[in-house]
Amino acid sequence: MIRTIFITILALAVIGTGYWGYKEHQEKNAILINAENNYQRAFHDLNYHMDALEDKIGATLAMNSRQQLSPALAEVWRLTSEAHNDVGQLPLALLPFNKTEEFLANIGEFSYRIAIRDLEKNPLSDKEYQTLETLHQHATEIKSELKQVQSLVLEENLRWMDVELALATEGDPKDNTIIDGLKTVSKSVEGYSEVNWGPEMTKISEYKDSKYKVLSGEEISKEEAKKKAIEFLNLSTKSKVTVEKNGKGSPYEAYRVSVNKPDSNSTVYMELTKKGGHPVWIMQEREVGKPKISLYKATQKADAFLQKHAMDKMELAQSDQYDNTGVFTYVKVQDGVRIYPQSVTIKVALDNGELLAYEGMNYLLGEKDRNIGKPKLSEEEAKQKMNPNLKIQETHQGVIVNDLGEEAHCYEFLATMKNDTYRIFINANTGLEEKVQKLDDINSSFKEL
Amino acid sequence: MKIGVMCIKVCISLILIVVPLSYGVSVDKAEAFTQQVIQHGATGEDVIELQSRLQYLGFYNGDIDGIFGWSTYWALRNFQYEFGLEVDGLAGLTTRQKLVDASKYNEGYVKKNIRKGKDFTHYGGTPLKKQAEKGGKAPQQQQGQGGQGGQDNQQQAQPQKKPANKQQKNVPSGYSENDIQLMANAVYGEARGEPYVGQVAVAAVILNRVESAAFPNTISGVIFEPGAFTAVADGQIWLTPNETAEKAVRDAINGWDPSDGCIYYFNPDTATSGWIWTRAQVTQIGKHIFAK
Repeated sequence: MIRTIFITILALAVIGTGYWGYKEHQEKNAILINAENNYQRAFHDLNYHMDALEDKIGATLAMNSRQQLSPALAEVWRLTSEAHNDVGQLPLALLPFNKTEEFLANIGEFSYRIAIRDLEKNPLSDKEYQTLETLHQHATEIKSELKQVQSLVLEENLRWMDVELALATEGDPKDNTIIDGLKTVSKSVEGYSEVNWGPEMTKISEYKDSKYKVLSGEEISKEEAKKKAIEFLNLSTKSKVTVEKNGKGSPYEAYRVSVNKPDSNSTVYMELTKKGGHPVWIMQEREVGKPKISLYKATQKADAFLQKHAMDKMELAQSDQYDNTGVFTYVKVQDGVRIYPQSVTIKVALDNGELLAYEGMNYLLGEKDRNIGKPKLSEEEAKQKMNPNLKIQETHQGVIVNDLGEEAHCYEFLATMKNDTYRIFINANTGLEEKVQKLDDINSSFKEL
Repeated sequence: MKIGVMCIKVCISLILIVVPLSYGVSVDKAEAFTQQVIQHGATGEDVIELQSRLQYLGFYNGDIDGIFGWSTYWALRNFQYEFGLEVDGLAGLTTRQKLVDASKYNEGYVKKNIRKGKDFTHYGGTPLKKQAEKGGKAPQQQQGQGGQGGQDNQQQAQPQKKPANKQQKNVPSGYSENDIQLMANAVYGEARGEPYVGQVAVAAVILNRVESAAFPNTISGVIFEPGAFTAVADGQIWLTPNETAEKAVRDAINGWDPSDGCIYYFNPDTATSGWIWTRAQVTQIGKHIFAK
């Protein structure tokens, strides 16, 4: 009797477990299918957008009228951004598919620039037409290679979940049709480096590169870097210091110094360039107590720091309080004109006014001889160029980097409309509206200027 | 012996009674600004008072949120202009004195509404009762009786906690508080336990990717790119981040980049992909190697 009961209970338990397992399995499958479907959708979207992109670029080649060309190129720009977005949703992070994304981004940038240009005054040049032709050719190649992968996926029911697994497993050999197909795509894209993007786009990348060539001074050794850091931070020579040289990926040769401050048990990190031993950034790690000084007092501390290190004349352009710290952005001033590309950021602790962090990369690498002449336009003339609905509150002059990667001398107007504040840059020589920013009520960014 | 114990007991109870009392009194006494110059970008109690007073006089029409933003700045400058002061946009001693003389500030009313997260205004000439959003079962009599500047005793009863609901924080431009939260989640999931600089560097890598043509163009796009971050794949991103992670994110957004422009990082002990080793390395911070 007991035995029968025992067996019945066991049997029930087995059936129960089995049912539970089956349910779990079903649920897991549902989730997997869901994830797989998301990947599939992104992949097929990508194909659709590449297809449309190739079509559109092809169509622009045959166009003659300006009224047609601008909207068509704007459409190309939109499609590249869609395709770029699709790629970002596929599990390709570890696959070097980057070149394809970059290529897409460049097509987008190129078409955008032509699309917004006044083509009546400044029509498509022969070079640009050739570039469009090359782009069309490349887009056709990418499209057809992707199409092949797509048809394989559909024919053989290939799953993106397998791609994810294959990429996650250790080692390199990845026997996966999708991966192989995509590798072919990125191989061909890597061969596209010879595309001539035109002077505007080269200028921008040149501007970025040129930043790294202008440092002054002699190269310093590790020992000197150590000495410089201690001197700069005003620390005792007994502090424990480690110095390391940056690896070859670094944009400029530099040393990283970390100093253990014996008194407060905190560590200060600092980067100095090898050439000239200029500090690039400083960062200190410590708890900051309750604010005891005001943001205004902290500004004075930051001022003092800049003066002590004999920087050029700098002007406070922005101050913000974040919890117990104040963050200040200064820009260089030359002949009364703010040089926005050369800014430094300073973070001060509001408990004792100590410098917590310093960021001087833009200041350091933006250094060059600038010839700031007298503006051709008067302030009044520049004001005429502004939207009449704006109420001008403050006026400055400043040098900014415009959309074309060139430095431009501008009138800077801080103006309000209803409850919003705007920063508007009008080119002081041509009267062009170079940049309009809506300032968030609290804060604005100088990074783009 | 017994007397000694009694003494100690009395002392303790005395301390227990006196300390909160004195605390309450000192809070009550803070009737006008602290002795500090208030400038653009500042946050806190002084700014709340500044905004309230400017609104009382009709110069300021924005929310009273304790952040000295552009609208507050223009309001202050207009005030300085109208009252014949030097127009510098700084609330220094003279300006503050003029403000205090010209306006009234109902601290209890303002703080209460901020704490409750209600929409409210603080204009002079209109009964405050009409200026606060209805809702909640808060006793309203306090605002009714005295109008502006009425001495309300209720203030004492409310412990001066940090305004919980609607306390606004400064946010670097172009980013919302939620973007920062999302990034802090990612940084905490990926790099908690790393030195602070390492956490800033991880946050900087996310931002560098947003800038890079080879990655998605939004913060969420970069963070949730499949396979990009292990913390996203295994769900650690949904742990509640600590304040350090949030600070690291703010520093990175404000321009600090200890990775010097890297778009990759990996832990050499756990990296599974051989490809990642082919990237040009910049430095190692804590356990992470940062690479281009």
